[in-house]
Amino acid sequence: MNQKENKVIPVISIQGQNCTGCVTSTLCSEYPAIKNIVLSDILPGVKLDFLFHQNLMTASGNLAVEMLEQAQQAEGSVLIIDGAIPGEGIYCSTGQKGQKTYTIAEEVVSLSKKASLVIALGTCAAFGGISAGSPNPTGAQSVEDFFMTNSIDKPLINISGCPPHPDWLFGTIEEVLLKGADNIQLDDFRRPKTFYGKLIHEQCPNRSYFDEGKFAKKLGDEGCLYELGCKGPITYADCPIRQWNGKTNWVIGSGAPCSGCTQPEYPDFVGDFYDRIIDVQVAANAKKITTENI
Amino acid sequence: MKKIVIHPITRIEGHLKVEAVVENGVVKDANMSGTMFRGIEMMLEGRDPRDAVMITQRICGVCPEPHACASVAAVDDYAGLTGSIPGNGVNLRNLILATRAIADHILHFYILSGLDYVDPAKVSDYSGQDKDLNMLKGFLEKGYSKPFLPRDDIDYRLDDRTTQEVVGHYIKAMDIYRKAQEAATIFGGKWPHDAAIVAGGVSENITADKITQFLWRLEEVADFVENIYIPDVVAVAKAYNDYLAMGTGCRNLLAYDGYTFGARTLFKGGLVTNTSQYDPVDIEKITEDVTHSWYEQSDELYPGEGRTQPKADKKEAYSWIKSPRYDGEVFEVGPLATLLSTYLAGENQKVNDLIDSSLDLVGAGIEDMYSIAGRHLARALEAKILASEAAGWAGSLKPGEPTTTEYDPPADGKGIGLAAAPRGALGHWLNVENGRISNYQVITPTAWNASPKDKDGQPGPYEQAIIGLKVKESQAPVEILRAIRSFDPCTACAVHLTTPKGGTLGKYKVV
Repeated sequence: MNQKENKVIPVISIQGQNCTGCVTSTLCSEYPAIKNIVLSDILPGVKLDFLFHQNLMTASGNLAVEMLEQAQQAEGSVLIIDGAIPGEGIYCSTGQKGQKTYTIAEEVVSLSKKASLVIALGTCAAFGGISAGSPNPTGAQSVEDFFMTNSIDKPLINISGCPPHPDWLFGTIEEVLLKGADNIQLDDFRRPKTFYGKLIHEQCPNRSYFDEGKFAKKLGDEGCLYELGCKGPITYADCPIRQWNGKTNWVIGSGAPCSGCTQPEYPDFVGDFYDRIIDVQVAANAKKITTENI
Repeated sequence: MKKIVIHPITRIEGHLKVEAVVENGVVKDANMSGTMFRGIEMMLEGRDPRDAVMITQRICGVCPEPHACASVAAVDDYAGLTGSIPGNGVNLRNLILATRAIADHILHFYILSGLDYVDPAKVSDYSGQDKDLNMLKGFLEKGYSKPFLPRDDIDYRLDDRTTQEVVGHYIKAMDIYRKAQEAATIFGGKWPHDAAIVAGGVSENITADKITQFLWRLEEVADFVENIYIPDVVAVAKAYNDYLAMGTGCRNLLAYDGYTFGARTLFKGGLVTNTSQYDPVDIEKITEDVTHSWYEQSDELYPGEGRTQPKADKKEAYSWIKSPRYDGEVFEVGPLATLLSTYLAGENQKVNDLIDSSLDLVGAGIEDMYSIAGRHLARALEAKILASEAAGWAGSLKPGEPTTTEYDPPADGKGIGLAAAPRGALGHWLNVENGRISNYQVITPTAWNASPKDKDGQPGPYEQAIIGLKVKESQAPVEILRAIRSFDPCTACAVHLTTPKGGTLGKYKVV
């Protein structure tokens, strides 16, 4: 590689118990577009080199497994994991070479060794998410829990969301490149405060309806969606400001209640998606929001 | 006799493995394995029926929107709302589904399948002005090649100029995919996992500016489909014309009705057998067999009653995917089935004319559609039909009028929701007791297509498409991969089940 002027960051993207939604979301990154991220510099003079990406690579089978084995040797890589890690290997086997079957758990162990940063992409990787939904049939774990169980100590950032917004991933990588991973401000759940610093409720354009006590009684009505199950009062993300898919829309903008998909409580402990949040959850966040009007 | 194992099969949705037995360059036997399991349907038990649309979309992040549509259709059916969804609501659901299906087909042909037919490394000789191609050329000149290289030996056949053009379209397809998803998000709320598709309709209110924003994005996507995607598929089908006779598969096709507006249906569902025999589908004849799946053995069950317990140490099993069968027979689903069923039903002359004229362009007949190249052509034609129809549907939206109807369900009941998904026939079966979900079953297109052998030893459609293929010696023969990818696998969709609460989950231990 005749890359004298460039800083090259090896990136390895692997998938556990996932739905590929984290990938289809990040494919829709607007600025930078995914073609620029893969083929060009993400920042002036800084190139991400995708050593492994299951949905973009040509190779399959043995050769793909060999690419993973080589990627284990990449110093200072960024390892991006989407999907959860099951309690037992057979629930997610990811490759085979000769008689040896690889599992997502083994991949995470071997690829994290030389990684300088691990990113748990999406709520399954960050917190277990849908894959660990009650009754958690496969014992699915988040990357953080898996690291604790296996005594792996690596810098870890959670980019939660079902799916995560593409800016949350690439914006975090850009921030790491500019400031260093140690200087990223994270919340209690290892999420970058840049994107997860405020409640949806604090930033919501329907907030004035909430404060006035004007609540929609059925979907399609004008008013705050609180009574229809909106989880905005307990959910940290910047969706109201950032919006989705080229700023064409976002969940509450489309008249639907926020489901709390960036939260560790998702999907079981946010309550029914279309019913009012249970009061105990609001109380836990009481210092952040105003509930007098309810 | 040699056994070839390809695991992982990349550039698909999810985790899939194939074991093929090859003798004298011909595949004699094949086993397809879905290698990832989550148990999504178990998570639905005890939940509010309306929540199913949120959970079932997470079955698949490549094609969540058909799960949304099938799920709300099942809940509408249970709640007795099917006939009272406002026209706007019906229209919006169809628009979201159609637009995302077009995006999905573009993603499949270029990003997921494209590298089987064109070599991006050939762009190093490019001398034109296209910005994307020059960006790729610069990438190669600086010594980068991953994740495109290394690769196995592939018989790339397009000439250098055509290759460069198609590779340029591969890069452009990433932009068009994004724009198509933006268009659908105007009505759906976000991509992936739409929020606005709800029991009773769609929560998004309609305004004229949203319709216009949608239409102009659709226009750009439709232009790409008509003038780039279709010609590229035709060019590939001509250069690889032996692929119009390869990967034929089981030759039985099954489709559900797709894009229904009251009494009108764009795609007519049905069964196609012996190329020209058309019959309506009786969904009561669908059962799921688990002989070679990691679940406790049971009789084949109708999905409304299906309840299976995982058994990871089952000896004769090799997949997490079950084997859906129709009247005990193997059926293929997908755009090929959707189009040929509509073709034989003969109710939509425009569809028939488009299929006939496209086959003329390729120099092929209807029987050649049962093939690797034929599946790609069917998918592209479906995208073209949807792109042209969607503009009319958007134009008939009524700003300011209702998009939902009130949801006031009974305590107990059952519902079925069917959809013509981008990968074919999708069904959701819902049972409700005391206002909560008591059983939920999903049969996805990829479950039909990637299913393992059944109790009678009949291989599933992928397996049948691979068996008999002539392959070149390699650790991962491209002929096998092209056959599998022609179905557009979505394995997270295919793997799912329900277990009785408290059931044990097997004792298999790895790591």
